[in-house]
Amino acid sequence: MKQVVDLQQIRIKRDTREPVLEGLPVLFGDMDKNALEEAVKIKEKYGAKVTVLSVGSAKLKDTILEALAMGADEGCIVVDPACEGSDTGASALTLAKAVEKIGAYDLVLVGEGSADNYSGQIGSRIAEILNIPQVTYVRELSIEGTTITAVRDIEAVLEVVKAQMPLVVSVTSEINKPRRAPLAQILRASRKPLKSWTLNDLGIDPGKVGPVASAIQVVSNLAPPQERKGMIFEGDVGETVGKLVDALRKEGALQ
Amino acid sequence: MTSGILVSSETDEGAFELLTKGREVSKQLNLELSAVILGDRDDRTVQSYFEYGAQKAFLIPSSSLGNLDAETYANVLHEIVKEAGPDTLLIRSTRLGKETAGRVAQKLQAGCITDAIGLTLKDQDLLVERYALGGNTISSEIIKTKKKVVSIMPRTFEAQKAPAQGKAEKVDLMIPPRRIQLVERKKKLGESANIESAETLVCVGKGISNKEDLAMVSELSSLLKGELGCTRALSSDYHWISEDRMVGISGKRCKPKLNVSIGISGQIQHTVGIMGSKLIVAINKDKEAPIFKIADYGIVGDLYQVVPKLIERIKALGT
Repeated sequence: MKQVVDLQQIRIKRDTREPVLEGLPVLFGDMDKNALEEAVKIKEKYGAKVTVLSVGSAKLKDTILEALAMGADEGCIVVDPACEGSDTGASALTLAKAVEKIGAYDLVLVGEGSADNYSGQIGSRIAEILNIPQVTYVRELSIEGTTITAVRDIEAVLEVVKAQMPLVVSVTSEINKPRRAPLAQILRASRKPLKSWTLNDLGIDPGKVGPVASAIQVVSNLAPPQERKGMIFEGDVGETVGKLVDALRKEGALQ
Repeated sequence: MTSGILVSSETDEGAFELLTKGREVSKQLNLELSAVILGDRDDRTVQSYFEYGAQKAFLIPSSSLGNLDAETYANVLHEIVKEAGPDTLLIRSTRLGKETAGRVAQKLQAGCITDAIGLTLKDQDLLVERYALGGNTISSEIIKTKKKVVSIMPRTFEAQKAPAQGKAEKVDLMIPPRRIQLVERKKKLGESANIESAETLVCVGKGISNKEDLAMVSELSSLLKGELGCTRALSSDYHWISEDRMVGISGKRCKPKLNVSIGISGQIQHTVGIMGSKLIVAINKDKEAPIFKIADYGIVGDLYQVVPKLIERIKALGT
């Protein structure tokens, strides 16, 4: 799961179009929660141990409690200042090494994309690094023995596929509705096992992650220029609709 | 080993869009432009790749591909890049293409940018634009590794012909056996509306409180000769409108001339799908709704009063 700032609360500086990220609350992305919810459902149905894995800042310790309260059995977090500014390749490497350290696993569940960057690369790269198959864009999942059956959402088509575990599965938001953690679970969450690792614990050379190793150079990251007219009408319905119709006729949008 | 740009798409139209852009970039950098053709095509179709600027076409027979999946797709691209040595891959960012981008990038130890919405040159570097921070910003990025993988959103570029000479090359590949077994492929329910190419798009969101009330939105949409679109809630959560009409980050991205947004608060997950609209009109009862910040024209008011009135006035224009 990836910890992101609350994207709904981002403000844009009017003069420079820069996003203001300081002081924003952090949380797990929605599709990451879909992945966790599916893991917990699998646990409830077939029996399993659910481990939540995340790479990020020291703030993760608080965020991970929510995931534990939602039903994960154990948390593993990789917190290392060297990781900050890692690109997707380095993050995938860190996650893959952590998966190996966790030990025997059947399923690596991820969201189809992170809430902030939505690059969708993490699952693909982890699958390549661990050399296991990946089934993406899953909206229904069932398990029989060591075989999974998944319904994949591929634009206008649904695909039913089968594959052998272990594998990576990426889920779409259609797969489930993540539960709200019940209060009793929230109270219990802090007593669940939580492992915190550094790069050293995972045997990763710090030179392979972070900004120095990044394959991507961000030249700028600004809100798109606002060229909208912003003419908002208020008041009597007949009048406002009249103004709108006139405006649209002038624009040539209405004949 | 030659360096160059290789474009790849499951469909010919997709490849032509990427070739058009690739041509512009490869000319300036003096690189060879090539394309992968996934699956058997007739000679006429292969020729058309050259008409869009490909100097070389790699033909992959259908028999090597079977039902194309990302693992196979990534293996094909990896083999070609290894063999022929183009170092920049432009892949159409369909769901299959996007997944493939990540996989092939990892194989090549390449930097990768997915869902690009713009591609230009900055000095000698490819400058790639994509949405970041959930669509709040557009990030302009350069890939620093020698091998580069970019997946580009469908319909980002308009395909244009430019006669060129090219040669086709059959590629025989050893594709490892696939590990995912396809059981069934079925069309989604719904009439597979093509809202991405609609000139007018009327989108509706949670401000509408009953499924029956969609009738008036549909009426407005057909009066405007438009297509109906919706937010994720109306399709995925309520199942009132089929998913092929869902607009936004997990749905479709549209570039209509006119977008009318009805009862939509304007969360970024939806608005990413309408940013490309020429004109945005918003109707919402909440004056503070973010949708008004990206609207050209807006009415603050109850959609149950505004929409019928709007229908009435538009009808009056026609008489």
